[in-house]
Amino acid sequence: MKIDRRHFLGTGVAAAVLSAPMVQAASHGKPKVVVIGGGAGGATAARYIAKDSKGEIDVTLIEPTRTYYTCFFSNLYLGGFKELSDIGHTYGSLASSHGINVVHDWAVGVDRDAKTVTLAGGGTVPYDKLILSPGIDFVEGAVPGWDVSAQNKMPHAYKAGSQTELLKAQIGAMPEGGLFVMVAPPNPFRCPPGPYERVSMVAHVLKETNPTAKILIADPKEKFSKQGLFEEGWTNHYGGMVERLGPDFGGDNVTVDPDAMTVDIDGSVEEADVVNVIPAMKAGRIAEIAGVTDGNWAPVNAADMSSKADPDVYVLGDASQQGDMPKSGFSANSQAKVCANAVRGALTGSKVFPARFSNTCWSLITTDDGVKVGATYEATEEKIAKIDGFVSQTGEDAALRKATYEESEGWYAGITADIFG
Amino acid sequence: MRAVIRSIAPALPSRGGKFLGEKFAFALAFFVLLAMPGTADDLGDGKRGAALFAKCKGCHQVGKGAENGVGPHLNELFGRRAGSVAGFKYSKAFQRAGSKGLEWHADTLGTFIANPRSLVPGTRMSFRGYDDPIDQADLLAYLRTFSVSPADIPEADPTARGIDHDVDPAILAIAGDPEYGAYLSSECTTCHQAEDSDAGIPSIVLWPEEVFVIAMHAYKDNARAHPVMNMIAGRLGDEEIAALAAYFATLEH
Ligand SMILES: Cc1cc2nc3c(=O)[nH]c(=O)nc-3n(C[C@H](O)[C@H](O)[C@H](O)COP(=O)(O)OP(=O)(O)OC[C@H]3O[C@@H](n4cnc5c(N)ncnc54)[C@H](O)[C@@H]3O)c2cc1C
Repeated sequence: MKIDRRHFLGTGVAAAVLSAPMVQAASHGKPKVVVIGGGAGGATAARYIAKDSKGEIDVTLIEPTRTYYTCFFSNLYLGGFKELSDIGHTYGSLASSHGINVVHDWAVGVDRDAKTVTLAGGGTVPYDKLILSPGIDFVEGAVPGWDVSAQNKMPHAYKAGSQTELLKAQIGAMPEGGLFVMVAPPNPFRCPPGPYERVSMVAHVLKETNPTAKILIADPKEKFSKQGLFEEGWTNHYGGMVERLGPDFGGDNVTVDPDAMTVDIDGSVEEADVVNVIPAMKAGRIAEIAGVTDGNWAPVNAADMSSKADPDVYVLGDASQQGDMPKSGFSANSQAKVCANAVRGALTGSKVFPARFSNTCWSLITTDDGVKVGATYEATEEKIAKIDGFVSQTGEDAALRKATYEESEGWYAGITADIFG
Repeated sequence: MRAVIRSIAPALPSRGGKFLGEKFAFALAFFVLLAMPGTADDLGDGKRGAALFAKCKGCHQVGKGAENGVGPHLNELFGRRAGSVAGFKYSKAFQRAGSKGLEWHADTLGTFIANPRSLVPGTRMSFRGYDDPIDQADLLAYLRTFSVSPADIPEADPTARGIDHDVDPAILAIAGDPEYGAYLSSECTTCHQAEDSDAGIPSIVLWPEEVFVIAMHAYKDNARAHPVMNMIAGRLGDEEIAALAAYFATLEH
């Protein structure tokens, strides 16, 4: 694509532009950007830097998997609304259309003094600017009795792909009138409405195939995202199937036994057919290895997503601790574009415009019953701060809910094109 | 729904071409064709619809205290299943349509009003239909006002109404900076595809700049309802809207 500049009169926009950044001359040849993690944040950042710098910046994207399955819409796969192949994306066009060097490997080390990244395969990759978007890992010991070695018995399905497939297969194999237990995570976690959209989708499947089955949620949180909307939907569509135990009822005191397939909720032991354990989360481990985390997450500056620990390292998406934005694919994508603009400015002297962020999360409750919540954000000295937001209302009519679902499908097509090209 | 919007499209420019030169009329019809499925009410003029309802009044009541007459009352019509009003004796045709799952939404109502027998063969309703798509949309806009719960925000069709909104000529005259627009556009492309697909979410590339600016100001001023767009446009300044318009108008594939 090409921009016709005949209208470029610079009408007052210059005022909005931050002071011209210092161009950081690369010591050798073209400036180098390395991105760790080819998900919603990382792939977007790599794509925008490569696309907009038109070859002036060397971009390397490190991502172990060849097919990235989006967590967004993975619940719809569980509900039978999407195929697994609908949510799989490859890196071909990032490489071919934008000249990004895609390396399928794990990053296992970051040397911030030498400015290099070490790969599991043995190589090292030098950088001028490093962008980390490794998503999440789970906090060890968060749910007593569970660790990642138990994920084949009690899947989390909070990283999409084989885990999601396993969970779907387990739901399909539930005996008549069986019990599905979800151990929900404490805040903050990836995709605040995610567990509850999942419950809706599981209920949708069970209502059709196994209507006497039950769903029990053990939840350490008092409240959750879009709660009124979900609870209304559960009552209207899945009356009696879903029960949630909040902290008042011991939902914060859960132990599991993956071998026995039991869940102990505040002393009362349930034998379950499927147990979906979604433990407490933290930044993807490489962020900690790089030394940019403080506690579970990596604090960043809101203006450009640079790490508070190192101005040449940026952290995007779920791994970052930025302020008010929820951990979502939409947020990661939004942050990536702010970061890409800043990184490009720092490396090539291109104009840097003020940060602006937004997010909208759609959820599906049942067929053609979509709801959404969204907000816009700005960068302040201290954090990414919420400006304004909205949420779907209870009691909306069917036509609006259907339009909202259709809109979410449009969004999915849009964002995945924006991430993967 | 889509069918209703399509059929309305060619007639629109004559209605609201305030800022629209003749040369844009064709382009506008084209954009409306690309419109996402929306609720038909935002296309229609409910006041006109109230007058059109005169033809229906002999058989149908609507509004506070409406009761069944020759035909069922039309309160809470949108979203309800055909043939489902308690206490009304429906024709076999309607009972069948209802049990097969016919529900009243903008699209099905549009088809029904256009030609009742085509949608429900055998209906007792002896009304030939409003063939004019504008009449259909206006009537639906009127009926919709008796169906919406207060919490229900009818979301605007994204492209149909832009030209109806008043924007200060000084704002329209701002020449946008496409480079700034290119940066700002990245916020749009999270949902709107840079290619011109319009599935679920409409295309926004290659719009005439003026139409784009008017549409964005309509969202900004809440003259058109759509929560995401009201929020996004709400914090765009006049310069920024101009910059986006300049950028999207000149994109080449
Ligand atoms: C069930 C569910 C539903 C969701 N629904 C929505 C939704 O509807 N809308 C929405 O906006 N968001 C949704 N989300 C949230 C969304 O998926 C995440 O917020 C988003 O993916 C975060 O992007 P990210 O770039 O931070 O991480 P990710 O997208 O997870 O990407 C991280 C990538 O880094 C790679 N990686 C990790 N460590 C390394 C390493 N050491 N070396 C190299 N690569 C590494 C991983 O392989 C992965 O591909 C949902 C999430 C879940 C679980």
